[in-house]
Amino acid sequence: MSAQHTDLIDQILSITPGSRLDVLRRHREVARENIQKAYVALFQPRDVTQVTLLERLAVASFVAGLHGQIVLADHYAHSLSQAEDGPVLSALITGEIEAGQTEGPYGIYPAGPLSAENKAGPHYRVGADARKLLGDKLSAALEHAHLLVFRPRDASREALQALLDAGWSTSAIVTLSQLVAYLAFQVRMVDGLTALASASEQPIAANSDSFTAALAAGNSL
Amino acid sequence: MTKTISYPDSTPPAVFTQDELGWAPWLQPLTEAELTERHWAGLVDASRSKSDYFMLLAHDPEVLEARTNADKDIFYNPNGGLPRAERELSATATSRHNGCIFCASVHSRFASTHSKRRDDVQRLLDDGVDTDLGERWNAVKQAAVALSDTPGQFGVAEIAELRAAGLDDFEITDVISTSAFFNWANRLMLSLGEPVPAKAA
Repeated sequence: MSAQHTDLIDQILSITPGSRLDVLRRHREVARENIQKAYVALFQPRDVTQVTLLERLAVASFVAGLHGQIVLADHYAHSLSQAEDGPVLSALITGEIEAGQTEGPYGIYPAGPLSAENKAGPHYRVGADARKLLGDKLSAALEHAHLLVFRPRDASREALQALLDAGWSTSAIVTLSQLVAYLAFQVRMVDGLTALASASEQPIAANSDSFTAALAAGNSL
Repeated sequence: MTKTISYPDSTPPAVFTQDELGWAPWLQPLTEAELTERHWAGLVDASRSKSDYFMLLAHDPEVLEARTNADKDIFYNPNGGLPRAERELSATATSRHNGCIFCASVHSRFASTHSKRRDDVQRLLDDGVDTDLGERWNAVKQAAVALSDTPGQFGVAEIAELRAAGLDDFEITDVISTSAFFNWANRLMLSLGEPVPAKAA
């Protein structure tokens, strides 16, 4: 079944050709294709010298898990456990997801009128035992990922310096940042499409060219 | 050891604004001399080589290329779906909720331009995401906020609100894509550099 799918979101949501969600997604066909291309660029990368595949999958698994997006969290946890040295890492990441659970967005604004909206919350750090196994470099990446997921407005130059100091290059930091930010996007696309799938069907508004396409497709899930 | 770039003489803006802002990177962007064909492809439009933001993201050209092409289709595709003004409203509400002053400045200006509702847009920036913008805009704004919360709070209740406000499912899909996309954009803009006063013309 999954072998027929060349699109991850279609695969994990079991979106079939001509279904209602397929018609909705294909209404923005270029976006649909490039959302998949970004996934391929991140997880079947042309260059793994700066961020290894194992590191990418570990961070992705952590980020999807922190979001509580079960379907994507399963996908990345599975991909990680299939990788060489993945199973041990996957178990460690599961523990860190537990430790990192909270609710966002929170964080601090520049001093001024917005200070009234400052919202405190945990600053996650990898525990000492896990750090020994994960290493300082991957631990720094997980700590930064948690910052980006839950308190993006706390992001700082110092946070990037911590990544540099842990041994990540400039280009690696760009890739890691894109990976976490892409996951934040992907999780929400899946959340949104899942809600659309659960909501009962609604006749699509007239005078839209898409109306005809939806009718032609049977307008079914 | 590589060091981040700092701007000790710059005072970052401390309020949300529709004024034009600049953005300065904390890491070294590529220079034009370093660009290969792969990087030019990643930039999509050659003019983006003038932007520090895109030249920094060009360190990973394949991801940048896909992201740029998705961005353009989600926001600029004129074929049906959500009117441009409301795509920008969704981006603005998302940026306001996450706290990206730079992203909110750019997309609030677009929302104002396309909707001619500058005062409503300004109220969203000044008072935050609980402000009352009327039924249809409230539904879009609340959907963007629910999607942006972590863990996600977006579900059938938000879909029902959007439909009650008159949005069809193509429009709702655009609300989802535009807000989701700004959860991507906000995290890059906030974490790779800082807003700075606009450069004097």
